[in-house]
Amino acid sequence: MEALGHFNYWMVVLLMMIGLYVVIASGNLIKKIVGLNLFQTSVFILYISMGKRAGGTAPILVEGVVNYSNPLPHVLILTAIVVGVATTAVGLALAVRIYSAYGSIEEADIAEQDQSNSD
Amino acid sequence: MISEHLPVLQVVVPLLAGPVCLLLRRPSANWALAASVSWITLAIAVALLVEVRRAGPIIYQLGGWAAPWGIEYRIDHVNAFVLLIVSGVSAVVLLFARASVQREINNRRINIFYTGWLLCLTGLLGMTATGDAFNVFVFLEISSLATYLLISLHPDRRALSAAFHYLVLGTIGATFILIGIALLYMMTGTLNIVDLAAHLPPVAQTRTVAVAFSFLVIGIGIKAAAFPLHMWLPNAYAYAPSAVTALLAGTATKVAVYLLLRFLFSLFGPGLSFEQYLLDKILLPLAAVGIISMSVAAIYQTTAKKLLAYSSVAQIGYMLLGISLASVTGLTATVLHLFNHALIKSALFMAMGCVVYRIGTTQLASMAGLARCMPWTMAAFVAGGLSLIGVPLTVGFISKWYLILAALERGWMWLAALVVITSLLAVAYVWRVVEVAYFRHRESCAEVAEAPLSLLVPTWLMIAANYYFGVDASLTTGVAGRAAELLFGAAP
Repeated sequence: MEALGHFNYWMVVLLMMIGLYVVIASGNLIKKIVGLNLFQTSVFILYISMGKRAGGTAPILVEGVVNYSNPLPHVLILTAIVVGVATTAVGLALAVRIYSAYGSIEEADIAEQDQSNSD
Repeated sequence: MISEHLPVLQVVVPLLAGPVCLLLRRPSANWALAASVSWITLAIAVALLVEVRRAGPIIYQLGGWAAPWGIEYRIDHVNAFVLLIVSGVSAVVLLFARASVQREINNRRINIFYTGWLLCLTGLLGMTATGDAFNVFVFLEISSLATYLLISLHPDRRALSAAFHYLVLGTIGATFILIGIALLYMMTGTLNIVDLAAHLPPVAQTRTVAVAFSFLVIGIGIKAAAFPLHMWLPNAYAYAPSAVTALLAGTATKVAVYLLLRFLFSLFGPGLSFEQYLLDKILLPLAAVGIISMSVAAIYQTTAKKLLAYSSVAQIGYMLLGISLASVTGLTATVLHLFNHALIKSALFMAMGCVVYRIGTTQLASMAGLARCMPWTMAAFVAGGLSLIGVPLTVGFISKWYLILAALERGWMWLAALVVITSLLAVAYVWRVVEVAYFRHRESCAEVAEAPLSLLVPTWLMIAANYYFGVDASLTTGVAGRAAELLFGAAP
């Protein structure tokens, strides 16, 4: 039961590892960004899960309701989502410019081109 | 009236000026705005340091919300000093940036450049000033995103891949910090660093806190380019525009080391960090190996900017060495070296910026005999290089002196010897540039003239600071010593 009760956190760990693996193992810049996104998303889920209370409702003032979820982690993660979107945008913009400068978004190709006219 | 709002003005002024900069179309107007804002932040930082030295820590509550609920800015000796470093380096380098940026960057993008600069400054100052753990993450990302932009603005296409590489690693680092903060929040229910420190002891023995500690240390280690997490740094420094390299070398890694200090000492406390998690035992060998291997790597570089970048990683090692000694003297050395290395590296990278301005590259092969054509620039490099090595009367000497004192205090002769021997390695890599510039033959100086005064004056200003604070170290050692005591004493 213990393991099942931590279902969200297992998913967080799984997503995080998949994301990190893609970032490390993939040579394609776009795929790297996808991996990075996955990695960040897992942290979003971590924060969101953290705010949940068993049986809790939405944190709105209602007569007779005393058990509600903690809204703070949700607010925090809104900020982090914005940061994630900005990072993705900058990363993709860089990938576009790399493509126009090198004609490729494969890391190996880029390294080779740098090597061949390295100084 | 305004004086009580100084802690927040420090961050808000560059934040508001950034977007305004984007709207201005004339490069000179962009530069004037950025430079004046940067000098204003420097003035605020000086005022804050004076106030902190007179009356102790300043606590500023944002929007008047009291601490554990609202965000507070807490300025004590440690971060007042770091604020001074960041805003000081930015102010001087901006004087330098005007001509250098006009030469290196597409004129249509100059407004973007200065906007990025101001946002980067905002992030760095915010990270330093804030007393809220989540706020640290937000400002960290503001400065990081601005930094990726600044690096990628260099026309060399290798700058793009360097920026991309940094983006990937920087994001992983920042996300690690975010995870660490999440786990701490989970255990304590608070984000305020002082409040966290108070709520931590009852749960300090749990595995969650230990995991949070590791995530935070590794995340900050990536941002600080601590060996072996430094892979992004050499290319990012080498291919960024000259002014940006001078800024980053003086500020970005320094603020990350400051964060490490803040989390290790103010939040977890030396007891937890060193006695339970044994971080000093891990940091010490890594720092030592980092200093030696990166100094050796610097010797084998063929471009001067990359050589200095590798040397930067080695110098971060000295700061980590100071932390790993886990003593007040060691910490004093770390805080001193934060300041001193910022002066040294920004001066050296500005000298390299002068070289790039005239010959377009810092390849050692193209720098042959350059001292005949650019005597003042190369003299600045030699003067800064002496400081990097740690010759007496320079700031580099002061930090190494304290580091050796701290090592001897522990009775570790070998560590003192290591500091001296690695200084010899610094002699070797500085000499490589000096040898090429002074003792190689150059056909003629027909097409290469001395750098213009607008570049030389800021460079020499920074060099002068190197020698001024090397001769009269009472201010820096006084503040650094007090900061170290505070960090140790603030332990729960």
